[in-house]
Amino acid sequence: MTQAAYAAPNQAPPPILEVRGGRKNFGAVHALRGVDLVARAGEVTALVGDNGAGKSTMIKCIAGIYGFDAGEVLFQGEPVNITDPAEANAMGIEVVYQDLALCDNLDIVHNMFLGRELKKGIQLDEQAMEARAAEVLASLSVRTVRSIRQHVASLSGGQRQTVAIARAVLWNSKLVILDEPTAALGVAQTEQVLQLVRRLADAGLAVVLVSHNMNDVFEVADAINVLYLGQTAAQVRTKDSSRSEVIELITSGSANGNAAAPALSKTTPTANGSNPA
Amino acid sequence: MSTSTRPPESAAPSLLAGSVEQPTFGEAVSNYVRKVRGGDMGSLPAILALVVLALAFYALRPEKFFSALNIANLFQQGATVTVIAMGLVFVLLIGEIDLSAGVTSGVCGATLAIALTKWDWPWYGAVAAALVVGVVIGTLLGTLVARVGIPSFVTTLAAFLAFQGVVLLMIGTGGNISITDNVIIAIENKNLPPWLGWALGAVAVLAYAGASLYGWSQRRARGLLSAPLGVIIAKIAAVAIAVLGLVAVLNQERSVNPVRSIMGVPIVIPLIAVLALILGFILTRTAFGRHIYAVGGNAEATRRAGINVPAVRTVCFMICSTMAAFAGIIAVSRATSVDPNAGGSNVLLYAVGAAVIGGTSLFGGKGRIIDALIGGAVIAVIDNGMGLLGYSSGVKYVVTGGVLVAAAAVDAISRRRARATGRL
Ligand SMILES: Nc1ncnc2c1ncn2[C@@H]1O[C@H](COP(=O)(O)OP(=O)(O)O)[C@@H](O)[C@H]1O
Ligand SMILES: [Mg+2]
Repeated sequence: MTQAAYAAPNQAPPPILEVRGGRKNFGAVHALRGVDLVARAGEVTALVGDNGAGKSTMIKCIAGIYGFDAGEVLFQGEPVNITDPAEANAMGIEVVYQDLALCDNLDIVHNMFLGRELKKGIQLDEQAMEARAAEVLASLSVRTVRSIRQHVASLSGGQRQTVAIARAVLWNSKLVILDEPTAALGVAQTEQVLQLVRRLADAGLAVVLVSHNMNDVFEVADAINVLYLGQTAAQVRTKDSSRSEVIELITSGSANGNAAAPALSKTTPTANGSNPA
Repeated sequence: MSTSTRPPESAAPSLLAGSVEQPTFGEAVSNYVRKVRGGDMGSLPAILALVVLALAFYALRPEKFFSALNIANLFQQGATVTVIAMGLVFVLLIGEIDLSAGVTSGVCGATLAIALTKWDWPWYGAVAAALVVGVVIGTLLGTLVARVGIPSFVTTLAAFLAFQGVVLLMIGTGGNISITDNVIIAIENKNLPPWLGWALGAVAVLAYAGASLYGWSQRRARGLLSAPLGVIIAKIAAVAIAVLGLVAVLNQERSVNPVRSIMGVPIVIPLIAVLALILGFILTRTAFGRHIYAVGGNAEATRRAGINVPAVRTVCFMICSTMAAFAGIIAVSRATSVDPNAGGSNVLLYAVGAAVIGGTSLFGGKGRIIDALIGGAVIAVIDNGMGLLGYSSGVKYVVTGGVLVAAAAVDAISRRRARATGRL
C-alpha cells in the first residue's frame, strides 16, 4: 500500500478531478475534515469507507449540492469553485445519487432529459429525445427495458439504476460519480451495473464509484480512495493493494500500523512511486 | 486504458429505433386494459359516472334532460367551476392546494364590475384589470408557499377568509353591482351564429385529425414506437362525433318563446376550449409543463436536475389565480352582476371536486387539463339534473360532497394499487 503510486507514472492518464484538503461542516458536525481525491480519465476510482465516513457528503460537495467550506478543487487542472448542480453539469460532472434522483411519474425518456430537454422552438422535441435516449441505452448495451416510454415507477432496481446512469452519460460528461449504485441490488443486477460502470471508464470517462462492497471495488476499480471519519486515509492502486489492507484502512484509518496522516498518499503523476512509508 | 469515443457518440445501431415491433390494434387495446387494471385509470371512472348520471337523469326526466336548451344550460352553468378547476390542476400537480381560488374569482369579478361601472372603463380594460389582479394574487400566494415556506393549505385558507373580506369592502355589505356591458354579458348569454359553430367545429376536428396523423407518421418515419393507425383513427372519429354532434344539438332552436329565437353554440364554449388548449399545450408540450410534473413527482430530484423549483411552484399558483380571474369574469357575465358572496359557498369545493373527479391526483404529479373538463361536466350534470328533479340545495350539496369523497377514494386506492404494480 505504501507503494501506492504508478509503476510507470509517465503513462498515467491525466486527472480529471482533484480534491485537496476538502472540508465541510454541518453546524457542529465536522462531516469532512480534510479529504483528497484524484479521479483520472478512463479509470474507475472507488471511494470507500464505513457508514457515516462522509462519502455521500463528499460527492455532494463535488457536485455543488453543498460546496466545500475549505479546500481546493481542480477540474482538468484548473481550480474551480462549484456552488450549484447546474454549474457542475455544465462542466461535465454528472452524479448518480444514492437516493436515485428519478421522478416516478415520468417515463424513462423524460427522466433522462429532465432539466435539459431538447426543444423545437418552444415545444419539446419528444421524438429527438426518444431517439437519442434509445441510442444511448443501446450504446450502453442496455437490453432489459421493455419500452423507454414506461414510467420509471414500473422498473426494477437495476433498471432504475441503469436509467440514472444513462442519464449521466447522455451529456458531454467527463466525470461520472456513482453513489452506491449496487447497494440495493441482487447478484445478477449488481453484475450488470458493474459491467456498465466498467464500460463507462473504458469509453474514456473518469468514474468515481462510491461503494461499501469490497468485491465490487476489487472487480472494477483501478484506484481505491479510503475515507475514515471524514478524512482521506489513503488513495491506492487496486493492483498494488490487498483486500485486508483496504479493510484495515476502512476500519482503523491506517494500514501496517501507520497513523492515518502519513498514509495520505498523493498519487499525482509526479509522485514517482516513492511515497514515504 | 482505452480512450475511444464515449458511448453516446459511437454509431452503435439503435436498440429501439428502427427495430421496434409496432403494436397491433388488439395489442393496443389489451395494453390499455392492463394499464387500467394496474391502477392507471385516468378519466375512465369520471366518464363512466358521466354516462350513468346522464342516463339516470334522462330516465327520470326524459323530456327535459337531453333537450337542446338543457344541454346549453349545462355548459353555461358549469363554465365557472370548470375554468377554476383547470387552474387548480396546476396547483394539484405540484402537490399543493389553493382553497382561495373561488374567492379569488370573486375579487377579480368585483374588479371587473367596478372598472366597468364606477370607472367607466371599456370592457377590454376591465378584463385586463381583472386578470392583472389574478396574476398579482397568484404571485402573492405562490411566493408565500414556495419561498416563505408556509404550507399552501394554511396560506390559501387565510386568503380564503381575507379575500371574502376584500370583496365585501369592494362592494359593500348587502351591495350589488350590475353591469350593462354587452361584450361581457355576451360571454354567458349569447351564442355563435350556427354557421360559425359549424365552421369552428369543423376546424377543430380537422386540426385534431391533422395533428394526430402528422405526429403518428413522424413517429413511424423515425422508427419510434407508436399507436396503431386504427387507434388513431378511432380517436379522431370519436372526437369528430362528439364535437360535430354537440354543434348539431346546440344549433337547434331551443327558445321556449316563439318570438325570440335562441340557437347556436354558447360563446363560453369556444372560450373554454381555447383556454384548455393553451393550458394543455403548456402542460404537455413545453419544458415548463414537464417540470411541473417533475416537481409533483419528486421535488428533490427536480432540484438536482438544475430546475428552479420555487419558480415552478410560484408560476403554478399564478396560473391558478389567473384562471380564477377568467372564471370571475364568466360568473359576472352569467349573473350580469356581482354580490359580496361572489366565488364563495360551494364554488371552490365544486372546482376541486371537478379536478379530482376527472382523475387529477390530490397527491401531486398526476393530472391533465381534460380532467377538469370531464370532472366539471360531472359536477354540472349532478347540479343540473338534481335541479330538474326538484331537489333542494341541501340535497345537492350532500350528493356532491359524497361524489367528491368517492373520487378522492378512487384517487387514493388507485395510487396504492399503482404503487403495488409499479405504475405511478
Ligand atoms: N445535511 C446534513 N446535516 C448534518 N449532518 C450531516 C448531513 N449530511 C451528512 N451529515 C453527517 O455527515 C457524516 C457523513 O455522512 P455521509 O456523507 O452520508 O456518510 P456516508 O455516505 O459515507 O455513509 C455523518 O455523520 C452524517 O450524520
Ligand atoms: Mg452514503
